[in-house]
Amino acid sequence: MNGTALKRWSWIHKWSSLVSTVFMLLLCLTGLPLIFHHEIGHLLGTEVEAPPMPAATPRVSLDHVLQVARAQHPDRVVQFASHSEDSEDLWFVTMTPTPAPTDDFRSVVVDARTGDVLAQPRFDEGFMWVMLKLHVDLFAGLPGKLFLGLMGLLLLVAIVSGVVLYGPFTRKLEFGTVRRARQPRLKWLDLHNLLGAVTLMWFFVVGATGMINTWADLLIKYWQHDQLSALMAPYKGQPIVQPAEYGSVQKSLEAASLQAPGMKLSFVAFTGTAFSSPHHNTFFLRGDEPFTSRLLQPVLVDARSGEVSHAPQLPWYLTALLVSQPLHFGDYGGMPMQILWALLDIISIAVLGSGLYLWLRKGQPAAATQSEAAILEEAEVQT
Amino acid sequence: MNERSGWTWEIWRWPVVLAVLTTVGLVAGLFSDGGFGDALAGLCLAIPTATALWFACLKR
Repeated sequence: MNGTALKRWSWIHKWSSLVSTVFMLLLCLTGLPLIFHHEIGHLLGTEVEAPPMPAATPRVSLDHVLQVARAQHPDRVVQFASHSEDSEDLWFVTMTPTPAPTDDFRSVVVDARTGDVLAQPRFDEGFMWVMLKLHVDLFAGLPGKLFLGLMGLLLLVAIVSGVVLYGPFTRKLEFGTVRRARQPRLKWLDLHNLLGAVTLMWFFVVGATGMINTWADLLIKYWQHDQLSALMAPYKGQPIVQPAEYGSVQKSLEAASLQAPGMKLSFVAFTGTAFSSPHHNTFFLRGDEPFTSRLLQPVLVDARSGEVSHAPQLPWYLTALLVSQPLHFGDYGGMPMQILWALLDIISIAVLGSGLYLWLRKGQPAAATQSEAAILEEAEVQT
Repeated sequence: MNERSGWTWEIWRWPVVLAVLTTVGLVAGLFSDGGFGDALAGLCLAIPTATALWFACLKR
């Protein structure tokens, strides 16, 4: 690599890192507790568990569950209903003022066997909520998400440019060398290079999948336009179907399940919500294998008649979104994976922090230490 | 590939090995639910993590 190219890559690495580092530090720090959100929920007592009952205990109908939830918040509509991740003995019903996306929601947890209200946990307050909002959208909704997505893109540029610079900056050092005895800046430069090289793939994957996740809202809107708009033709000019007009939701669920034998319900999106159409209740079914449980099969059921209208294959861009989620969250592989995810997150914080330190210490990170200057000069001679 | 450009196997051997291990770990975890796949995923991600901690904190 000649001196001009090296300087150019140094410039790209410096500015892509500088612009994104503060936000990436925020994302790494807020992401740390989110890795353990289930465990923290248990500690704080906000996780709801179904009381033990024999496995064969019959279940109440989904219509009854919705009725119970509506009775708790008669001024709200049901947007979504889903089973708990761990158990089909619980229904989580999400209620909002209107079907439109909002942060103003209430959750009602209903026992699927008895129809009793078990809890109404507030997911929109407290420490974990603040962490989640800072991590997802900086409390700024879609613009906040897209902004963080842009910062994620800059992180990827910083990682790629860091890879290009790694060779020239470490070629005279054995892998893993940290020159601790000399000036502190040299030690931190070596640590930055070492930790960056070791976490390269993990940080790239988590950064890229995080960026893809920021596009989720847009991808779902595009899906509605792309695949659902043709289905809406027969309903043209009709208003959103109101809950009072629904046929049996339980029968709709059974009809949807017949479309995809062997699949389980992930969640139901009701009429007019972001994941459905104004005239359908959409049942998202998932597989029961480790990988297929991440993928969803939507089944649109006419809200009034309860008949299945369409069961479209999920398009590639939503499949990519769904596959990217576990790779970002690290929520597969149990506690050992969570601990490794947290350690890798902390190492990434060290990479970001050391990069920031290298810049703050001298102001000119690319050519500040003797070794860096020597590398640039040597490269210059070659040109 | 030459030493001056920084693209030599000598320089990139360990970063590449660790990146491949990380990739195998991430993918293995996606397709497993306990058992061998999870153990493989854990091992493959533990090696880069341990490497970082060893060289950064423990080795003198």
